[in-house]
Amino acid sequence: MAFEGLADRLQSTIKKITGKGKVSEQDVKEMTREVRLALLEADVNFKVVKDLIKRIKERAVGQEVMESLTPGQQVIKVVKEELTALMGGEQSKIAVADRPPTVIMMVGLQGAGKTTTTGKLANLLRKKHNRSPLLVACDVYRPAAIKQLKTLGSQLDMPVYSLGTEANPVDIATQALEKAKADHHDYVIIDTAGRLHIDTDLMGELSEIKAQVKPDEIFLVVDSMTGQDAVNVAESFNEQLDITGVILTKLDGDTRGGAALSIKAVTDKPIKFAGMGEKLDQLEPFHPERMASRILGMGDVLSLIEKAQENVDEKQAKELEEKMRTMSFTFDDFLEQMGQVRNMGPLDELINMLPGANKMKGLKNAQLDEKQISQVEAIIQSMTKKERQEPDIINASRKKRIAKGSGTNVSQVNRLLKQFSEMKKMMKQMTNMQKGKKAKGMKFPFM
Amino acid sequence: MGFMDKLRNRFKQNAETEEVSEKYKEGMEKTRNSFSSKINDLIARYRKVDEDFFEELEEVLITADVGVNTVMDLIDELKMEVKRRNIKDTKEVKEVISEKLVEIYYGDDSQQIEELNLQEDGLTVLLVVGVNGAGKTTSIGKLANQLKSEGKNVVLAAGDTFRAGAIEQLEVWGERAGVDVIKHTAGSDPAAVIFDAIKAAKAREADVLICDTAGRLQNKVNLMNELEKVKRVIEREVPGAPHEVLLVLDATTGQNALSQAKTFSESTDVSGIVLTKLDGTAKGGIVLAIRHELNIPVKFVGLGEKMEDLRKFDANAFVYGLFADMLEDE
Repeated sequence: MAFEGLADRLQSTIKKITGKGKVSEQDVKEMTREVRLALLEADVNFKVVKDLIKRIKERAVGQEVMESLTPGQQVIKVVKEELTALMGGEQSKIAVADRPPTVIMMVGLQGAGKTTTTGKLANLLRKKHNRSPLLVACDVYRPAAIKQLKTLGSQLDMPVYSLGTEANPVDIATQALEKAKADHHDYVIIDTAGRLHIDTDLMGELSEIKAQVKPDEIFLVVDSMTGQDAVNVAESFNEQLDITGVILTKLDGDTRGGAALSIKAVTDKPIKFAGMGEKLDQLEPFHPERMASRILGMGDVLSLIEKAQENVDEKQAKELEEKMRTMSFTFDDFLEQMGQVRNMGPLDELINMLPGANKMKGLKNAQLDEKQISQVEAIIQSMTKKERQEPDIINASRKKRIAKGSGTNVSQVNRLLKQFSEMKKMMKQMTNMQKGKKAKGMKFPFM
Repeated sequence: MGFMDKLRNRFKQNAETEEVSEKYKEGMEKTRNSFSSKINDLIARYRKVDEDFFEELEEVLITADVGVNTVMDLIDELKMEVKRRNIKDTKEVKEVISEKLVEIYYGDDSQQIEELNLQEDGLTVLLVVGVNGAGKTTSIGKLANQLKSEGKNVVLAAGDTFRAGAIEQLEVWGERAGVDVIKHTAGSDPAAVIFDAIKAAKAREADVLICDTAGRLQNKVNLMNELEKVKRVIEREVPGAPHEVLLVLDATTGQNALSQAKTFSESTDVSGIVLTKLDGTAKGGIVLAIRHELNIPVKFVGLGEKMEDLRKFDANAFVYGLFADMLEDE
C-alpha cells in the first residue's frame, strides 16, 4: 500500500546524519519534507500540516542529538509531541444536566454512522454510567432509518421514540423531551438525518431542533476515513451549531485517520469517543496520544500493551515463564496462552495495532483466520490429559483418534505437533539467551 | 487550437451533452469553485515557474484528495513538460496542468463513458460492494429506478442481512422504483439470499439482478471472505456472472479509498466505481489516484439525493465540471 510509516520514510535522511553531533537546518528541512508527506498521506489537512511543520522546524533545529535516540527518532518524538499537544488531553466525559433529562444531539454527514453510534452511546450510558436513555428517531428522510434505530433499540432493550416519517423532526424532538420527562429518563439521545454541511435548509432544521430542545451535548459524528474535506465539514457544523464534541467512527478500519487532527485543529472541540467495531459495545474513549502514533504510522503499541495488561494474569505469566525455563511447557499451557491472547480481541485487530503490520502482506490472510485457531483448540481438546503433558507418546493410532475427535485430519494433527515441538525448541533458545541476566517479565513467547 | 478549447468544443457539440454538463456543473459547483479558483490564485501569485510554485501546486492537488503518489508523478511529468516546452510564465503552465489531469482521467483508452456491462439476452447480475455508509443501498435504489425506466425487468437482492434496517431500506427503494426485492430475515446467510434471488430472477425472467451487500471495512478478513463466498455463489449459478462488481465509494473519503479499491478488487474483482456524495464540497480527487494506480474506471457519480441524481460518469463532463471556471476565463 501507499502507506509508509513516518519511521520508514525518515530512514534515508537519517542515514546521512547518524554520527553527527547536531541536527543541522538542512537535515531538518529534508526530514520535515518527509514528515509533511507522511501527514498528508494520512489525510491531515494541508493547512494544519503547514502550521505543524513550522513549529516542528523551530523546535528541531539545533537540538543536540541525544545519545539514547537516533536523530530520526528525535524528530519523530518532536512530531509526536506536537501532534499530541494539538489533539489535547483525553476527554470522554458526557455532560450531565442540572435538571434531567440530559439532551444529546447527534449530527453529521450521510453515512458517517450516526444511528449506529446513537445505539452504542446509549449502551455506554447504561453500562458505564447506569443511566436510562430514551432514543429519538428524527431521521424522517432516509428510508428505514427509523426502523434501524428501532431495531437497535430492541437489541438493547431500550425505548425508541418516533412519530413516523410524516412528522416534523423539530416536533418529534420537542415531544420526545416531554415524553422523557414523563417517563423519568435521565438521558435523551436525538438521532438526526445525515445532511451535507452546505445544505442550508437542512442545517436550518438542526438549528431549530437545537433552539427547541437546548441540548447539553451536540456530537458531530465523523467518518475517520474522511479526507481533506473534513475541515470544511467540521467548520460548517461547528459554526452553525456550536458542537460540543466529536465522535470518530469506523476507526477499526485501516485508515490512518488524519481527519481527527484536522477536525481538532479547526474546531478546537474534543474528540470524545471512537467507534471501534460493528458491535454495540464497541465505542471507546478516544486516546489522543495513540491517535498521534497511528497518524504517523507507528502502530498503536500503547493500546496493544494495555490490552495485554488487561487480559493477562500476572501470576499465570510468572508460572509460564518458570515452565518455559524448565522445559515443562505442555499443550495445556499452550491452550491457556491461546485463550489469553484471544481474550484480547479478534486477532486481526491485534495485528493491526502492531507497527508496520499494514505492510506485512503475509499476516493479512494466512495467519489471521480465527477458524484455524479454533481448529488448533479443537485438536488439543481432543487429546487426553496424558497426551497433553507428554506429546511424545502420540502415535499413529492416537493421531487418528485425535483427528476424528476434533473433526480434522491426521496431517493437521501432525502439523500442530511439529509446530509445538519447534516452539519448545525456540523457547529453550530464548531462555538460554536470558541466562545470567535478570529474567525480564516475558509475557508472550511470540512478542 | 489549445487543449482547453478542444475540450470545450467537445461539449458544445450537441444539446444533450449540454444538459449533462449543466447537471455536473450544478452538482459540482462547490467542488469546482474551490479547486479551479485555487489553481487560478496560485497562477496569479507566482509569475515564475519555480520550485516553490510546484510545491504549492502539489498542495492544491493534495487538497483535492488526489493522493500523494499520483500527485508526485503528475508533478514530475509537469516539470519535464515545462522544461521541454521551455515554459517560464505560469499562465502557460495552466494549460499543461489541465492537459495532464485529463490524461490521467482518460487513461489509455479514449472511451469517455463507461457503459454498464448489460447482457443482451439472459440475466445480468450486478454485485454492489463497499465500506459501511458509502451509500450502497441508496445507489442501488437509484440504479434500479433508472434501469426500470429504460424498460428493464429488475430484481433486487437484500444481501445486507447484518445492519439493522438495511432490508427495510432496500424494500422502500424497491417500492419507489416498482421492482421486486428478494429477502430473508435479518441475520441470515447473505450467500443464501443471493442464491434464492438468482433463482427468483431466473423464474421471473428478469433482465437485471442487483445484489446489495452489507458494508464492511476492507481489513476485516472474515467479512471479505464472506463476500468472496457470495461472489462464488453468483459465479456458480450464472455462468459469466457477476457481469459487474461495483464498488461504492464516498467522495469525502481520503487516501483510504485507495486501500478500499485495492482490497475489494483483490477479493471481488471490482469492475467499476460508483462515486457518491459528490454534491458536497469534497473533490473526489481520489478518482484520479484510483484510475492512475489501479486502473479502475468510475461508472456512476452521485450528484444529489433525488432518484435521477445518480449519473453515468462522463470523464469529459467531470473534467469540464472541475475546470468550467478556467474555461470561461479564457
